[in-house]
Amino acid sequence: MADATGAEPRVVTEADRGGVLPEPGAAKPDPILSATGIERRFGGVVAVDVAHVEFQRHQITALIGPNGAGKTTLFNLLTGFDQPNAGEWRFNGTSLSGVPPHKVARMGMVRTFQLTKSLTKLTVIENMRLGAPDQRGERFFPALVKGLWSSEEDEITARADELLERFKLDHMREEFAGSLSGGQRKLLEMARALMGSPELVMLDEPMAGVNPALTQSLLGHVKALREEGMSVVFVEHDMDVVHDISDWVVVMAEGRVIAEGTPTDIGRNQAVIDAYLGTHHGEDLHPEIVEHRRLEAEAEAEALEQSAEGDSDDDTAERP
Amino acid sequence: MNWNLIFTSIFSAIFIKETIFYVLGAQGLNIHYGYTGLMNFGQAGFMAVGAYGLAVSVETFGWSLWVGILVGIGWAILLALLLGLPALRLRGDYLAIVTIAAAEIIRLVARSESTESVAGGNSGINNFAGAFYDLNPWVNTRRYDFGPFSYSGQDLWIQAVGWGVVLLMALLTFLLMRSPWGRVLRSIRENEDAVRSLGKNVYAYKMQSLVLGGVMGALGGIVLAIGNQSVQPDTFATRTTFICYGALILGGAARVWGPVLGGIIFYVAFRGLDVIIRQMEKADIVPESIMTSTQSGVVRFVFLGGALMLLMVFRPQGILGDRKELAFDG
Ligand SMILES: Nc1ncnc2c1ncn2[C@@H]1O[C@H](COP(=O)(O)OP(=O)(O)OP(=O)(O)O)[C@@H](O)[C@H]1O
Ligand SMILES: [Mg+2]
Repeated sequence: MADATGAEPRVVTEADRGGVLPEPGAAKPDPILSATGIERRFGGVVAVDVAHVEFQRHQITALIGPNGAGKTTLFNLLTGFDQPNAGEWRFNGTSLSGVPPHKVARMGMVRTFQLTKSLTKLTVIENMRLGAPDQRGERFFPALVKGLWSSEEDEITARADELLERFKLDHMREEFAGSLSGGQRKLLEMARALMGSPELVMLDEPMAGVNPALTQSLLGHVKALREEGMSVVFVEHDMDVVHDISDWVVVMAEGRVIAEGTPTDIGRNQAVIDAYLGTHHGEDLHPEIVEHRRLEAEAEAEALEQSAEGDSDDDTAERP
Repeated sequence: MNWNLIFTSIFSAIFIKETIFYVLGAQGLNIHYGYTGLMNFGQAGFMAVGAYGLAVSVETFGWSLWVGILVGIGWAILLALLLGLPALRLRGDYLAIVTIAAAEIIRLVARSESTESVAGGNSGINNFAGAFYDLNPWVNTRRYDFGPFSYSGQDLWIQAVGWGVVLLMALLTFLLMRSPWGRVLRSIRENEDAVRSLGKNVYAYKMQSLVLGGVMGALGGIVLAIGNQSVQPDTFATRTTFICYGALILGGAARVWGPVLGGIIFYVAFRGLDVIIRQMEKADIVPESIMTSTQSGVVRFVFLGGALMLLMVFRPQGILGDRKELAFDG
């Protein structure tokens, strides 16, 4: 990557984009997940209305957008937790319509939840063990005979301990998950999802509530997933984080994908700024509200620009 | 007051067949509710199909008692599948509604005139368990006294076998719940979606749980049917389900021995109160103006209800439960 230089806005080259055009619905060279014509309505509200979107394999893709943009709903649809009113989506080329969520997970696409779903009355280590797929001891009859599953259980436990250490949760190993803090639950949920060695991890606001000191190491873990050959899609509101780790950014607003591109592309995208501004076409807003939102959006855009400049060096100190 | 009678009744109630009936019903609910979080409000229905499956097979179809037992268990499995197929796909409260309704339907069908030729209507089916008592190592008609315990030879035999079944079911529960299979069940109780997101077929596990707990209930029905040599529809009223729940919560849910201990205490208290109140009536300790004899039958429920409420206030986790776990609701 080219070095960012001073106040001069960095130029995004074709190479940065991997030959992908920075526009909504852009085709990717090797998409692991793609969706077409996805629509989900809740009564009168159109929560998701995505014409086309693709997620590139072996990349970290950020899914951003204002509150209520439909990010979580799209996650739910793609992972089988909710069914769309229309549309088709494929994982590794296989259509997933009508596939129940547990089968989606078994196929290699595992998700976490925005509102953590810890199993509070299980200990941390038990939470982790549950994450391992296809366990022999999880079948009724083999479960009765400990000898049939105890060695597998030991292997699973070893892997779980490794992950717990990585996520700095090893000291909480024997505690009930219910006694963890919100941030620790986020970490546990992510670690638990990794027990299945998924191909694609879908993280819904993984950093929300996590101590900033830990955020850095968590970001490191997410990047490590990519190095290990996994693909990651994550929802995030913190633009610094988005800049720091994502290869590609998909922006949603009011259910639609309104922009795509590298983090730097997105920082300058007028449609994105408008979306965060809350421009409702053909709708008159009180001038004061418009002014307030404009200031907010400018600050937001500024933050994007600035962190874009700090993109190539991992220095976070100079960020606002 | 006849204190001797009171003590004998109370102690004998510990091992009596009715206690086994409630303990097995409660162990089934322990699987459903305690471990999996399934709201089965129709355990009486599972107990009924066990008892009637046996009695009808022997009396109406002339099959052997042992085949009848298998039929009773088979009906419970069938009932679980039938109810679970639609209801387990829906939100938890649907299962509660479906099961309570099904249990009442089973009872009403069993006592209706139209099925009298098969199920015996109001008076039920009687004297079908001779084959069981033919194997009795004790003398069927003799009375056996051990200290404060007093049982007939028939009682001893059904109790020995019945408690054997209780121990077997406790062992089964223990083995399953320490395994990864049990871990999935307990996780489903905590949060279904989390379990789904980890690739487990929640529906299939809930179905297995419903079948297993239902079969335990059916075994309770079978033990009581053999013990009484009789099945009657009103044994399986909704009240039975709630006594089982009471026993489970008293002893401690999601504990292997919770329903066993709870069932014993519950039935001993139930029996004890009954005997004490009757004795007080006989001794004219309570004047008619305060409590008539028809009211006294109900008073024990009032006492038990009050005791359960106190328990919920002071020990909501039950006798064997872990208070720490209770702190993490939600
Ligand atoms: N179960 C539901 N019933 C009705 N409306 C819903 C439901 N789920 C989501 N919505 C609506 O769909 C829209 C999109 O919600 P969604 O949760 O997907 O947004 P989001 O982008 O994840 O927002 P946030 O950043 O706040 O998490 C919102 O208007 C929301 O009110
Ligand atoms: Mg969301």
